[in-house]
Amino acid sequence: MNAAGNPTAQTQLAINGRDYRLDADTRTTLLDALRTHLGLTGSKKGCDHGQCGACTVLVNGRRVNSCLTLACMHDGDEIVTIEGLGKPGQLSPLQEAFVRHDGFQCGYCTPGQICSATAMIEEIAAGWPSHVTDDGTGKPQLTVEEISERMSGNLCRCAAYPNIVDAILEAAGGKRA
Amino acid sequence: MTLHLKMDEPVDRDRLEDMVQGVIGEPIDRPEGELKVTGRAPYAMEQLPENCHHGVLVRSTISKGRLADLDKTTIEALPGIRLVVTDRRLLRNPAQGMAGEAPVQETDNIHFFGQPVALVVAETFEQARHGAQRIVQQLQADTKVVVNPDDPEAEIETPRKKQASTGDLDKAMREAAFTVDQHYTTPGHVSAAMEPHASLASWDGDSLTLHGSYQMLRFNRAELADALGIDEDKVRILAPYVGGGFGSKLGIAPEAVAAAIASKELGVPVAVAMTRQNVFEMVLRRSETSQRIRLAADKEGRLIGIGHEALVSNLPDESFSEPVTQATPFLYRGENRLIGHRIARIHRTPAGSVRAPGEAVGLTALEIALDELAEVSGIDPVELRLRNIPEEDPSQGIPFSSHTLAEALTTGAERFGWESRDPKPGTVREGEWMIGLGMASAARVNMLIESKARVTLTSEGRAVVETDMTDIGTGTYAVLSQLAAEMLGLPMTEVETRLGDTGLPPASGSGGSFGAASNGTAVFLACEEIRRQICEKLTCEPDDLTLKDGHAIVGNRRVPLAEMLDGAELSAEGHTEPGDAEDKVRQATYGSYFAEVAVNAVTGETRVRRMLGVFAAGRILNAKTARSQCLGGMTFGIGMALTEELLHDKRDGHIVNRDFAEYHLPVNADVPQIDIVLLEERDRWANPLQAKGIGELGICGAAAAVVNAVHNATGVRVRDLPATLDKVIGGL
Ligand code: FES
Ligand code: FES
Repeated sequence: MNAAGNPTAQTQLAINGRDYRLDADTRTTLLDALRTHLGLTGSKKGCDHGQCGACTVLVNGRRVNSCLTLACMHDGDEIVTIEGLGKPGQLSPLQEAFVRHDGFQCGYCTPGQICSATAMIEEIAAGWPSHVTDDGTGKPQLTVEEISERMSGNLCRCAAYPNIVDAILEAAGGKRA
Repeated sequence: MTLHLKMDEPVDRDRLEDMVQGVIGEPIDRPEGELKVTGRAPYAMEQLPENCHHGVLVRSTISKGRLADLDKTTIEALPGIRLVVTDRRLLRNPAQGMAGEAPVQETDNIHFFGQPVALVVAETFEQARHGAQRIVQQLQADTKVVVNPDDPEAEIETPRKKQASTGDLDKAMREAAFTVDQHYTTPGHVSAAMEPHASLASWDGDSLTLHGSYQMLRFNRAELADALGIDEDKVRILAPYVGGGFGSKLGIAPEAVAAAIASKELGVPVAVAMTRQNVFEMVLRRSETSQRIRLAADKEGRLIGIGHEALVSNLPDESFSEPVTQATPFLYRGENRLIGHRIARIHRTPAGSVRAPGEAVGLTALEIALDELAEVSGIDPVELRLRNIPEEDPSQGIPFSSHTLAEALTTGAERFGWESRDPKPGTVREGEWMIGLGMASAARVNMLIESKARVTLTSEGRAVVETDMTDIGTGTYAVLSQLAAEMLGLPMTEVETRLGDTGLPPASGSGGSFGAASNGTAVFLACEEIRRQICEKLTCEPDDLTLKDGHAIVGNRRVPLAEMLDGAELSAEGHTEPGDAEDKVRQATYGSYFAEVAVNAVTGETRVRRMLGVFAAGRILNAKTARSQCLGGMTFGIGMALTEELLHDKRDGHIVNRDFAEYHLPVNADVPQIDIVLLEERDRWANPLQAKGIGELGICGAAAAVVNAVHNATGVRVRDLPATLDKVIGGL
């Protein structure tokens, strides 16, 4: 219980390799825990309903819409946010490619795009099929079509989509075809 | 020192051409890019102070009537809730662009479903949200409310000033060899910037600081001060990063005023972010349009008449009405012309500017009509347009400042492989996919808006650019830095641009595609003044001074700037204003679109396979960010053509699809690897940069290229946008 009388929960989170202890209202989403309680505002809130992808973070290596899950459900989980992927002067290859290819304009969807792409590249490498993978059994390739399909959960109203695809292709060494 | 320029005459000298740093126009990465890709760029809701409280807006659930009461006391007794604000200063809706004064403030008088009526403030967001959801409103609904523009009881306004007619269109229609007379409809749209409107307010005595997500700070400051009933100089707005705008953040919005009132009353900082549903309901939408277009052409396809009449909607007392026909008076020839504009006064979420108000929807309908004319006349759509480019503005009889439509059309046709198109619809098939090509022209009026900026050359020889201009993704940080770097001969790393603070010189703001050219001109003028001051120091003529790589070069002297400055710094302001140039010539930007679609014969689904945009907008200040603006505009066009549509309940006008699951923005898989060509152009009438706006050009007519391609693929002519599956398959 907090002072006002709302139930709270103690949650241990490993975020970007650092341990955080959170004591928050049980209704707090993972996204609001990051943004409001822990000062990690790199993850964005575009809809709060799992419809835009701006809040994408990695939970135990997998991409998750952090607005759709409560912080208290993640006790002991390892979380990586955009702040953990690189910092100014030390960008990840994907972050660098986003800058070079102008894979954003306003930048609001961008942390979600980059977190999502980071996990997506691993998913392709692990052979997970998508809607556009030929027969569902073959090994998916890193192509424009696969990337566009797999990145379609991350909306960008500035519509940097073609540049996002180019950035991912370059950073992950994929093919244009 | 201030250097001032009012654009009364063309500026013949292309001053940037004299410069040698070589950065202007180059596809340089955004200087703020590193901050954005690492999540370090602070947007409005991202610097919350320790004791910050959170507010959640409450909306009305009737479309017209009165709010008699709210159960304030029950809600204020809930855990953590500190306050329910029902102040008479709360805004009904956002201010229209460049209003500079408060919009209607009437929270107890309900004018539309979704109107903000109260703010619930609590210690945490979760508590405030709970309170806002539980609040019970005593509402007195009016028995009769008109919510549909086609309701026979809707009051229709026909503003005299917005009607125009020359010649005799009816006669032209009778005498023409080929005619088109059709109705087109476009639904309401939303800007849907990814960052929802958000404000963080805090007071220091009677001075307010607001971190907000806004496009036009000098206007927003005046609007906010007026709404609160305080002096402008007591208000400071900060918006260094704005998560998209597209018109939705032109005017001060309800969350800002609510946050300021709550913060003052509680004596703590208060943050209010609209929910996505709030943004759909409370922020100005693009009006739906109903358009009648008449085209009369001679047997060569040359237009002798154009009629374009539009019906749009808004609340009874909102001044804005979607300027649907804005490009029609000057785009094509034709001596008999008729422009009509009517406004249905209805009770839906009020309408305002959404990316390229006017041309976005008006040119789209006109360009579908042109495709119909090409079909009935048997003339190729590109050729038909080429034949109809006027020598001068046919409505005003004034010259064009520059004109690139023909070049855009021919360049695009060649690059896209247009000659391979079979004009007969439905002839190309790949399995169950029907393939078609379509095209359209692009055009958008060009404007200059009063703007100021300050440039300081520090004693170390670095430049600092300062203005209250915003970068809403448009590339302002990049292009202003490039301008200063070019004019002062500095590498980009030696220039810093500070934006988004009303404490800095007031700029045009971001809107109407005028930001980069207007504010860029102010930066240019400030730099010219600094160059003059350097000349004074070096006792040389301006034409003898070369600035490059941090050095001043005069004859065979080459001095590092820091050495020349000798501990002093130079500072200057630039100030530009529009003048008579606007009336002497017609200024616009032009382009062309080409699209290839595949339409599924079984489902009616349309996929855009390829798309090309060719644009000219005077001097391009940064080829990379300009291209991105075009990609963004064309993608809005794909959405308009195929999926985007506000749906209103017929009974009470409420927006049914008020989230991203139901209002369908284009996603990555909906957008092909769009090809963009930027044509070389200089427009000496626009400003001394000879640059024009490009932020909206890419949406103006883009949807028509897609819809015309659907026709070429299938023979189905969709005149009621978007071309959803049901409409396509119904015609197959
Ligand atoms: S904020 Fe989580 S998906 Fe939109
Ligand atoms: S960069 Fe603005 S929404 Fe993607």
